[in-house]
Order: sequence, then C-alpha cells, then structure tokens
Amino acid sequence: MGIAFTSSAPKQSGSPLKSGKIVLVLLLPGLLYLGMFFMIPLVSLLITSVETPDASGAIGMYQYGFDLSAYQHVITDYAPQIGRSFGYALLATVFALLISYPLAYFVGVRLRSRPLIQKLTLTLVIAPFFISFLLRTIAWKQIFADDSVTMNFVRNLMHLDPSFHFLGTPGAVVWGLVYNFIPFMTLPLYTSLERLDLRLLEAAGDLYASPAAVFRRVTLPLTMPGVISGTLLTFIPITGDYVNASRDFLGSPDTSMIGNMVQADFLQNSDYPSASALSAVLMVVILVIVGVYVKRTGTEDLL
Amino acid sequence: MKEFVPAGADLELRAIRKEFPGFTAIENLDLHIPAGEFFALLGPSGCGKTTTLRIIAGLEQPTSGQVLLGGQDVTFTKPHERPVNTVFQSYALFPHMSIVENVAFGLRRKKAADPVAKAMDALNMVELGHVAERRPQQLSGGQQQRVALARALVNRPSLLLLDEPLGALDLKLRRQMQIELKAIQMEVGLTFLHVTHDQEEAMDMADTVAVMNKGRIEQMGAPEALYERPKTAFVSKFLGQSNLFVGEIADSSGDSFSISVAGNRITVPKHRAEKQAGKIAIGVRPEKVEFHRTDPAAASHLNILGPGVIKDIRFTGVSNQYLIEIPNVGDVIVFAQNVGISPVIELGEKVWISFKVEHAFGLADLPVGDEE
Amino acid sequence: MRKLRLGRFALPLYSVIALVYLLVPIIYTIAFSFNDSKGRTNTIWQGFTFSKWLDVCSRPDICNAVGTSLLISAVSTLVATVLGTAMAIALVRYSFKARSLVSLSLFLPMATPEVVMGAGLAGLFFNLGTGYGYTTVILAHVMFCLSFVVVTVKARVQTLDPVLEEAGQDLYGSPTAVFWRITFPLLLPGIVSGALLSFALSFDDFIITYFNSGGAVTTFPMYIYIAASKGVPAEANVIASAVFILAILIVVGTQLATNLRQKRLLAIK
Repeated sequence: MGIAFTSSAPKQSGSPLKSGKIVLVLLLPGLLYLGMFFMIPLVSLLITSVETPDASGAIGMYQYGFDLSAYQHVITDYAPQIGRSFGYALLATVFALLISYPLAYFVGVRLRSRPLIQKLTLTLVIAPFFISFLLRTIAWKQIFADDSVTMNFVRNLMHLDPSFHFLGTPGAVVWGLVYNFIPFMTLPLYTSLERLDLRLLEAAGDLYASPAAVFRRVTLPLTMPGVISGTLLTFIPITGDYVNASRDFLGSPDTSMIGNMVQADFLQNSDYPSASALSAVLMVVILVIVGVYVKRTGTEDLL
Repeated sequence: MKEFVPAGADLELRAIRKEFPGFTAIENLDLHIPAGEFFALLGPSGCGKTTTLRIIAGLEQPTSGQVLLGGQDVTFTKPHERPVNTVFQSYALFPHMSIVENVAFGLRRKKAADPVAKAMDALNMVELGHVAERRPQQLSGGQQQRVALARALVNRPSLLLLDEPLGALDLKLRRQMQIELKAIQMEVGLTFLHVTHDQEEAMDMADTVAVMNKGRIEQMGAPEALYERPKTAFVSKFLGQSNLFVGEIADSSGDSFSISVAGNRITVPKHRAEKQAGKIAIGVRPEKVEFHRTDPAAASHLNILGPGVIKDIRFTGVSNQYLIEIPNVGDVIVFAQNVGISPVIELGEKVWISFKVEHAFGLADLPVGDEE
Repeated sequence: MRKLRLGRFALPLYSVIALVYLLVPIIYTIAFSFNDSKGRTNTIWQGFTFSKWLDVCSRPDICNAVGTSLLISAVSTLVATVLGTAMAIALVRYSFKARSLVSLSLFLPMATPEVVMGAGLAGLFFNLGTGYGYTTVILAHVMFCLSFVVVTVKARVQTLDPVLEEAGQDLYGSPTAVFWRITFPLLLPGIVSGALLSFALSFDDFIITYFNSGGAVTTFPMYIYIAASKGVPAEANVIASAVFILAILIVVGTQLATNLRQKRLLAIK
C-alpha cells in the first residue's frame, strides 16, 4: 500500500540483505501475536457463525455444529443493510477522493518549495485525527440538528419546508463518513503526489500537452498507486462502520449498516451466530477485493 | 580480540571464489600483498573488486577459499574482530555523532586509552582539528573524506582498505588527496589496499597494481611494468590505450618473431611476447608511434606500416592525437607530445607510421572480435 | 492571460476552503468546551466560561474513563512498539522466505473493519472463557496497532543506509554495540512516530474496545458513546480539546524543532 507516514525516499547502498537465526527472533513474536489475536479470532468467527442454538433454548447459549441457517437469515433479512453499507461506502469513497485529491495535490506538489509550510499544512489536514472521532461526529450532529442555526439558515436560503431535516437521512450519514475518512484517503494520495517528479510534468508540457492532458496522461497514471491505496483504505473500513449511521449520531433506524446489525446481534441480542455470519460475509467480500488488488500489484508494496 | 600487528601485515587470498544467486562475482582469486605496500586493485565496475574488498573486510564470506592476514586465517572471523579498517566510498560517517566522536568510535569499541586525545591527533594529521565538534552534514565532500580516513587510520589497522574513496571529489581535490594519501601511507607504514576504476590514480599512487576483470586478476605488477608490457588485450586497453595488430606468427628467428598484416611486417621480441605460436595480437602504445610524410627506410629495429591517411586530429593541450587509417589494417592512434612545434599536417594527408620493435608487446589473448 | 491568473489561485483557494471544512468540528468541539452548560446537555450556547476547564473532574466518571484510556494506551503502545520495531527491521534488512505471507499478515488487520475484528476477538475470549477486562482490551489494542507501528518504523528503516552499520562493524563494533550506538539512535525518530501513532489510535478507539470490555472497563471513547444518547457534558469536550491541543503541540513542535536544527546545522558550513 505504500502508506509511508514519513515520505523520505528509501536509500540503500547495494549491501545485500542479511540472513540468519536472528530473523526468527525479530519476526516470530509479532507473527505469533497476529496469529493468535487476528487469525484465530477470524476462524473463531467462522466457527461461531455455524453454531446451532442450544437444546435448552436459552438465549445466548450455542452448541458447536454446522448450521448454515444464520447465513440464510443474514443474507435475506439483512440485505438492505448490506446493500446500504456498500452503497454508502462507494459514495463516501468517491466524494472523499474528489475532495482529497486537489487538497493533496496542493500540499504535495504546490507547497514543495516551502517544506515547513508543507508539513504544517499536512498537520492541519490530519488534525481531525487528533480529536475524538465520536466528538467530531457529534459536532456535525449538533450543527445539523433540526433546530440548529445552520439548518434554519439553509431552510430560509433554499425556501424549504420547515419539516426539512438532514439528520437521520442517508445524506447525513454519508457526510459524516466522508468527513471522518478523508485523512485515510488524503495521506496515501499525499505520499504519491509528494514523490511525483515534477520534471515529468514539465517534459509533458514541453511536448505540447495542455494542463488537462498533462493531468490525464501523466499525473493521474503516476499517482494511481496512491489513488488505489487511498480508495481501499477508505472503502473497506467504511463498510464496517456503524457509529455514523447509528441513531445516536447522524443516522436513524432507516440508515442502519452492517456494523449496526453486528453490534445489535452481538451485544444486545446475544445472537452470536448471526453477528458472526454477517461479519464473515463482510470479511469475504473484503478478502476478495484485497485478493484482486494483491494479484494485480503483488505484496511488495503492501506495507 | 586479536592483538594488532603494529606495522602493516601481509594479506593473502587463496583460491577465493564468490558466487551470488545467478552469477559468479569472483572466479578464482589468488593475491598476495606484502606488508607495508600500497596496492591498487584496478578494474571496471562489475569486475568484482568491491566484492573482494568486502571479503577482506569480513562483510562478506567467500563461497570457497581462504583469507590470511599476517599468516592467520581470518576467513570466517567477524568484521569487528579483524584488524582491518575500511574507508567507504560514501564515507559512511555517523550523522548522529560529532566528528571527533566519529573518529573515536573504533578506539572506544576497543577500549583504548584516551580515545578523544588520539582522535584529535588523527584529525590534526588530516588538518581538520578545528571541525571536531561539528556534524558530518556540515562538512564538504573533501572534508568528509579526510574524516573517514582519520577514523580508519586512528586504529592503526594491519591493513587499510579504501573503496574508491576519491570518486566523489573534483579533479583538483582528487589530485591533492592522492598525494596526501600516498604520503600518509609512507609515513605510517601501513599496508593500503586501494580499489579504484581510475587507472591514472592506480598507476600514480600504487607500488603494485592488479588489474581485475570479470572476477579474475588479469595481470599484476609495478605500474610501469603493467603499462609497458601488458599481457592481455583487456589490460592493454584498460590501462592507457593501445594499438593492436592481429596475425599468424610467421617468421621466427633468433630472439624475435613477426606477423604479417596486409603486407606489413610487424616484429616483436620473443621476451616481450606471451605466445610463441599461432595467432597473436601485437600491440604498441600510441606515444611510442611516429608518423612520416614519406616512406621511411626499412630498418631492422623498426616496424613500419603504411601508407595510411590522417582521419582525425585532436588537440588535448598536452599532446596532439592523430587517428590514422591504414587500409586492411585498421585505425592507428598516434600521440605526439606538444613541444611547441606541431607538424603542419592536415586531414587526408598520406602518412606512414613507425615504431621501435622493442616497444612492441605480444598479448596472451586476442581482442574481442578477433578470437579464433 | 487573465485565465492563467485565476487558475493559479483556484487550487490554493479550494484548499483553504477544504481546510476550513476539516476544521469546523474541531473548532465547534473546542468552542463548546467553554460553554456554560447546565447539566449534561451541551447543545445550546449558554455563555462563555472557564469553569469546565478548571473543574474538569467534577464528574469523576469522565476522569476515570480518561485514566483508563491512558493506562490501556500506554501499555498497548509499549508492547506494539517493541514487537513492531523488531518486525520492521526484519522486513527491511533481512532476507527470508514467506516474505509475502508476513506482509499480508501485517496488512490484513489494517484492512479489516473494526466490527469484524471486535466481534472476532470477543468471540475468541468468550470461547476461551477468559472473561473481559483490561487484559482483553489491551490484547486487542496491541493487535490493531502493531501493523501501523511496522509501517511507520519500516519507512524509517528504509532511509537508514546499511553501510553505516557496516562501518560500525568495521570499526570493531559487536552486533550489540552496532545496534545500540548506531541503528537505534538513527531509528529513534521513526520509533517515536510509530509509538505516537499507536497511542493515538489506541486512545481514540471505540468499536473494538466496546466489543471487548464486557462492561467492566470504560474508556474515554466508550464514555462518550454511552453518553451520546443522553447528552455529552462539556467536560468531555474539555478533555478532547486538551488532547487535541497537546497532540498538535507535539507534532508542530517537533517539526519546528527539526527545521530549526537543520537550519543551524547547514548555517555553519
């Protein structure tokens, strides 16, 4: 993926890579940790998703078994949430890309001559990261509250019905998603753009390309790795988000996403198989997307 | 930690072979450098000279073969246990330490007494005592190079390895550093192994030069010997320039033999030829060749070729370089020292060339393109 | 020519607007930390006051939550940084088989949605019968922070020319000496960046924490979430604002300090 949080170019003097037993000491603890606390939970999820209800009928008690009814239930009954999750994610990702690219271009290309200002502006761009993500969302919730100053202003300006509201609509959810995930989109774009060799753009101009053509034929293709990276890093987490869509924040029961159902089933209804099945479905889609990406570009640049 | 030999030590490489996945960097290397010598390992990039250096420093292990330092087998000794220090091509000064701390680094690791005092002495020797407290990033390339040298020398290693240390310096600075390095080596009496692709540098500074090509040493000896009597086509072209003529050995009489090239007879003394039968390449250095406007009289001590035509004339300040084309023979380069009176000659003029038989040399192999 | 003039300003102008948009909720949150709100609701402006800042722990449950968050984040960061730095060094400097597998294993946690990881881990702990609490939350946090530490430190390791370590060996440095005197000091900025990133991610995490706390542990984000339906008191804004200001100061401070140091170094040349 090439998310380098510092954007220095790698510098090697041609010394060969080392080898030896010490590699195991360096890698194993981390790998074992991931194996234990990432891989196994995923497997556990699959196992839970096919459990059967306990014979006693008590809520929250399950037996190991192989019962696919949870999947059936999840795919049919939660189809709207599944559709919404991917739909909102797609919309939010596209908007995030459109908003972030020019901003990343400005900071990564235009501000190159003033490195200090560049770093400070970049800090401003990721500043939202530093304030609690829940509070950011609540801020928008209060700004767009039905009776807020903003909403009154908008209603007057556009001569809308007093019952016009923004909160609780898909629009509000997408707005929140876009806002919260812009840093995920901007950073990979910035990394790509910051490394863009401007002399190539000059050369294109020298060869009679208009600014639009330079962008389409040189800048965009060269920054495509950043675009893809940012798109994946934005789209995938959004599909699983539930805070923005929850009715305590920007959404309503009509905007619930996969995450809301998983949370409800897991934490409130103790319906572990359903929650796990839904998570598994989501995970499978994501693995497919990641698989396609890895097949295309290999694992070298993943990190 | 091994005791360090106070003066320089002998270095010996026996049957060193180094293979990397996909290619062999060093085929079969035998080398002996006596203590106290300034030795140059010369060759084009990719010939294996840097790999050889790294094997001697301990940064690489040979696939097979032995490295002996002062008689001791150090082939598998770790780099930090070898009494060898390296001046790296990129200087490799530690950016997070001051200059004096850089120089004192090795001394501190060996727990030597008074590391700072000794480091300052070394810095003063390279005339950089006044920058002791600065950081490497604040120094110019030439200064960094001298610090790298001081950092290595302060440890009085048995063997000092220099990996193209002057490559990044401009011409004037390079000339200056060449003189300084040689002076330091002679003063301190250490063994220096200098790796470079710059043949002038090697010939200027070294007591012995080894020319390396494709993982092998093609020829080794004093610079003059290498220059006046190259033994392979590669050496004849890499070290200076050469005119080469290829032909079957025909007349062989007494202490010389000849080949015939397009009717021209070229004779070489037997003691200056690497082969005595078959097809041979005979060469001569351009500065040993003269040209004449008229066919010179035949003489037993001269090789005469011609007539040819002046194809190109170049003025390089120190000399005039003429390129003469002789039909069915090829191009011959002639250097004429600029002594104030250049012959008034023009392109296209007909000339004959001559050179002394005793300046000719016979190679062991044939130039690329003329192989049998 | 007119067109060119306007064109040059379009991008900076857009960027300013975009930055303002990004900062709106931040300014809103900080502003409302000074709101003289009564009770729990903090939605309508009722006047400016410093009282919430001065008396931030008047609601003990907020400060308890912050304390819990700090503890969990500190421990998680420590573990994740140590494990992650080791892996980053291995990835850049050593050759080994299964390199693709390691890269993929580190990448997947970054690409997995939090609900999936949260539910998975909660299920694991449930099946193991360990119960929920500080330990489970910390274990969960280390897991998702690890990859980010690796990515950050890896970028720094890649800027470190291996020839410096070779020079260290050449100058009689044992492997331990080379690591502590050359590698570690030069990697430190990257390690610190990785640690800060890990701390920030851990402190702000909600979803995974919520799934694995079992009600016994309340972190600051959890406090806010639970309070969201009833009303988030201004003290929460105070905490969030304080964290924000501290974070900005650290980041901007280090940037200015580095800049100053570079300038000073290059001035004496």
